[in-house]
Parts: sequence; structure tokens; C-alpha cells
Amino acid sequence: MSEKTFGQALNEALTIAMEIDKNVFIAGEGVGVSIHQDPNTATHGLLEKFGRRRVKDTPVSEAAIAGLALGASCMGLRPVVEIMFFPFITLASDMLVNHAGKLRYMSGGKSSFPLTVRVRAGLGFGAGSQHSQNLESWIAHSPGLKIVWPATPEDAKGLLLSAIFDPDPVIVVEDMMLNQMPGDVPTGDVRTPLGKARLVSPGTDCTLVAYGTALYTVMEALKPLGEQGISCEVIDLRSLVPLDKACILDSVRKTGRLVVVHEANRFCGFGAELAAMVADEAFDALKGPVKRVGAPQIPVPTAPPHENIFKPGPEEVVTAVREAMGK
Amino acid sequence: MTENQIIPDLRIRLYKSMVLTRKFEEKIMDLSQEPGRMPGMQILANGQEAVATGMVSALEPEDVIISNHRSHGHLLARGADLNSLMAEIMAKETGVNGGKAGTLHLSVPDLNVLMTSTVVGAGPPLALGAAFAQQYKKTTGITVVFFGDGAAAEGSVHEAMNLAGVWKLPLLFVCENNCWAGAQRPEEHCATPHIFQRAKGYDMPGRSVDGNDVEAVYNLGVELVEYCRSGKGPALMEALTYRMRGHGEQDRQHYVDPKELESWAAKCPILGYRQKLLDGGVLNQAQIQAIDQDAEARVAAAAAFGDESPYPGPETVLTDVFVQPPSA
Repeated sequence: MSEKTFGQALNEALTIAMEIDKNVFIAGEGVGVSIHQDPNTATHGLLEKFGRRRVKDTPVSEAAIAGLALGASCMGLRPVVEIMFFPFITLASDMLVNHAGKLRYMSGGKSSFPLTVRVRAGLGFGAGSQHSQNLESWIAHSPGLKIVWPATPEDAKGLLLSAIFDPDPVIVVEDMMLNQMPGDVPTGDVRTPLGKARLVSPGTDCTLVAYGTALYTVMEALKPLGEQGISCEVIDLRSLVPLDKACILDSVRKTGRLVVVHEANRFCGFGAELAAMVADEAFDALKGPVKRVGAPQIPVPTAPPHENIFKPGPEEVVTAVREAMGK
Repeated sequence: MTENQIIPDLRIRLYKSMVLTRKFEEKIMDLSQEPGRMPGMQILANGQEAVATGMVSALEPEDVIISNHRSHGHLLARGADLNSLMAEIMAKETGVNGGKAGTLHLSVPDLNVLMTSTVVGAGPPLALGAAFAQQYKKTTGITVVFFGDGAAAEGSVHEAMNLAGVWKLPLLFVCENNCWAGAQRPEEHCATPHIFQRAKGYDMPGRSVDGNDVEAVYNLGVELVEYCRSGKGPALMEALTYRMRGHGEQDRQHYVDPKELESWAAKCPILGYRQKLLDGGVLNQAQIQAIDQDAEARVAAAAAFGDESPYPGPETVLTDVFVQPPSA
């Protein structure tokens, strides 16, 4: 165990994967030579360590980057490609949605695509909606794709390692707002399994589910909620597909209430799926309405005060929990 | 390689392959007329047999093929099993992909026909990855991707050509220019009449060939495959041919001048080659007849095999999405 930032933890995962498997290569815009010289970036120093054969800077061509991953994975390599900002995944989406997610099924199980797409996400740096937009529900809605979203340095490393060595296409969302965050990271090839949520803190009155940066918004809300005598159970989802249904359902059966928090638009967001799942499968346990905290249905604004309104804050979490409690 | 280096045995193989493809697709045409026999869109390459046969015959078994809507000729020239191919086109359980591909998504990884994409223009980026893997693993294989003149308008094709040029990948782009993109003619969708000239912009050789002349396609194929295999980088072949059928068997081609169809029918790659082989004494009439009959018998047997095969059962509808499926 050693202390590392979230970005360093990602870097360590890539390093370990490339060391233990010569079929792992990385590609993307600036994964070798970056405009940033930040040692907290996931690909920092990998070109020097592994050379140009395995660390491939590409043209600004997202469809080609995703196609590269797809074709190479089908030939037995384990590509790890980067999409610089989440909204740019739309340029690669034909390769991911129409090909990575479908070709195994349509081959009758003859082909497989063990590829990883790292995509950098996040709000709060004033870049506006073409660089900030969380599209996880688009991906989760597309069959054949897995998607994970670490919130801690330990899981950044562990989930990325699991994704790289998973036999299926996995999208790993890296929250840029967490990049500098330090935390304890286990040494060596220690993986976080896909499809396993993490119980962050136990509670009795209401279950709070979040992933990525939204987890810390939830954590901030715990204190005021505690002061109001409300005990919340917090779950860090970590993996959207596969989904740890049991963890959520068990918790809701205990607390009787659910609030889902994410930074994506609330409308048709991933929280809607969790709300529907709980309504379907744990309706009898519910003591109050399932609430969702998310962004309004507008493009991500640029002006800091607007962006602050857009991004769900701890006060909204407190309000939602109180409503779930009937207060 | 020059034309006179093509030995008689190869000539007969090229001819047989084109005949088999034609008969196979004619059977699909017939079956498509009967309701319920052929699911989905049957998009055929009648008239384009010389491109598939000539190009695929110029490859080694280790070479990878990425195909498109009009894939039957590529697969048959590669030696795909007729029965499981026809059954798959009928979406039957015994099909090469268990009935999950149909005609539009056929793949035979065992024969290195790695993927078929019918998202127009998606083949080249996929092929980029396959060719990269060959370069990365230092194999001698190359990748060939077939796409049409319509696909040449897709941005993904440009992205793939550019990156293949930058990384000098062993990737041969084969544009089957069949004069139609849906119901649109080249002058409506292509700023230049010559797609092969785009090669210059990606620092690769670009060559044009009469796509109805199987030996010309084969010879240029051999030359460009050798170029790609030597490590010099990608290349582009544009084979000029003609789409005799529409975009699917429901397409009645109301937008095509019948005189144009007649003129291209007269340039049929199979009829022309047959005459050449007869004139050259490579085959006689009796042998020509025997080749026709053999192809017809094999195709009829494949259609019967497909007919007798069941559709896949409900037990496979949810399988094969993931190698490691999420536990429900």
C-alpha cells in the first residue's frame, strides 16, 4: 500500500498491464507526447518507458482510434485507447455502439473484443458543454458494452486493470476533477472486480447511490443529514454495467428509501434505471418515493455561477433525502 | 507479375469461383421472390464477381479480409463452406454464425474473414486495427478491406486512410466502384470521378483497374499485396465495375436506364472470361458445361441444407453478447 493520486494510480495500472502482457498497447491523442506535463496524467512517462511501438500517438481521429482498438482486439491484442473528453465519444460511437457492442453477438460468439476505452469526464472546469457532458447512460443503454466509473485512487487502478484484462469491451470513465486526489493504493497487480459496488458507509434510514465525483457531493451531505438525525447508507456504484443489483436491493430492503445522485442530466439518466429497478424488485420495501438528484436538461453551461447551478450540490442531496423521508 | 504468368490452373480456378458466386447469388435472387424464405435485405454483387474473385485469389491464407454488404463473393472466393454460408444467409441455426448474422454481418474468423460491417464506411477503421495488429506482431500478413464508391464519402474512410498512411500499415484498400451509391450516381456523391487519385493525399500508391477483368484485378492485386507485405505501407485499388442488381432485392432499379444495364450486361465479367478461355483453348464447351452443372448442384444442395435447417431456438437469443456476461 502506498499513497498515490488518482492520476498516478491510473498510470500505475497502465504500467503494470504493459509490463505483464506484451499484447497491451495504448493509443490516443497525446498519450505519448502530451501538451500537459502533469505527472498526475494517466499516460505520463509511458512513452519513455515503453517506446513508440506500444505507446501510439494518433491523429485527431476518434473513429479511427476506436476502429484501431476494435480491429486490433479481434486479432488478439489488448488495446487501451483514450478519448480525450467524454463528449468526443460521439465521434467514436459508431465503432463502439454499432461494432464493439454488436459484433460478438452477430458472429455467433466466434469473435471477441477485449478492448478498453479510457474516457475523461467531468464538470467544473469552465470548458462548457462540448468538453463536459457525461454520456454514461448512452453507453449503458447500448448492448455489449461494459462501463465503470472509479471514485478513488484504489479503484482507479483496480478497475482499469480489470477492464484491460476483461475479455469484453469496457469503457472506463476517469473523472478529471479527481485526478489530483490522493489515496492509499495497494501495490502490484491488485484488481477491483467489475460489477461489484462498494458500501462506503452503513446507515439505516436512506440509501444513497452515487459514482465518480458525485460520491463526494453525497459525502458532504452526510454531516447536515446526520445533524437532522437522518442516517444514510452510501454506496459507491463503481460499475454501471455490469450492475451490482444485489448490493442496491439489499440496502434498500434495509433502509426502505433510495436517492440516486449523478452529475449527468437527470432526464433519462442512469438514476432512472436504478429507480425503476427498485420499483420493480423492491417495491414492497419502499417507505417513501425514490428520488433522483442530477443536472437540469440543458447543455453544460460555461459561466461559473451557471455551472454551479448545473452541478448537483450537497444541499440538493439533503433536500432529496428529506423528501424521501417525507419531511 | 504479368498476365502471361497466370497459369491455366489458376485461370480455371478464377473462372470456377466467379461462376460459383454468380450461381449462389442467383439462387438467393430466386429465393428472395418467395415470401419468408430470405429474411432481411439481400444485397447482391451480380456483375462484380471479378473483383471479389480476382482480389481474394491474390491473397495468402494468413491475410485478413474485412467485408461489406456485398460479401458473398469475398467469402466464396476465400473458400467458405457453401452450406453453412447459405444457412446463415437464411438466418438458420446451422449457419456459420449460428443464425445471428444473416447476410449483412457474416464473418468467418477461421478463414480470416474477420468482420463484415454494413455501416457504410465502417470497414476501413476496423481494418486499420487488424493491420496494426499484424504490424505490431511482426507477422507477414496484410489486411484487405473492401468498400464501395458510396462508402468513400464517409469520414471514417478518410480517417483510416490517413492513419494507415502515417503508420505505414500493411493495409490494402479496395474500392469496388460499382457506379451506384443507393440510387445516386458518382457525379452526385463524389467530387472527383477517380477515387484512386485520393491515394496521393495519404502517401500511398493508388491504382485503377477494370473491375470486370478478373485477371487484371488479380494481377494488380498481386502487385499491391506485395507492396503492402513488403512493409512499405498501405495502398488503394479502385476497381471499376457495375452493380447489376439494386440495393436489396426489393429495389426495382426504377432510376436506372435499361440501356445502361444492357450495355453492362454485355460486359459481364463471366461471359467475357468464358470466351477468352474458350478462345485460348484453356477450357472447352463440355468443361464449361460441367463447371456450370457442378456449381448449380452445389448451390442447390446448399439451399436444401438451409431449407432443412431450423431457425435458432430461444435458448441462444440472449447468449454471445459478452464473453463474460454480467451475473444477473
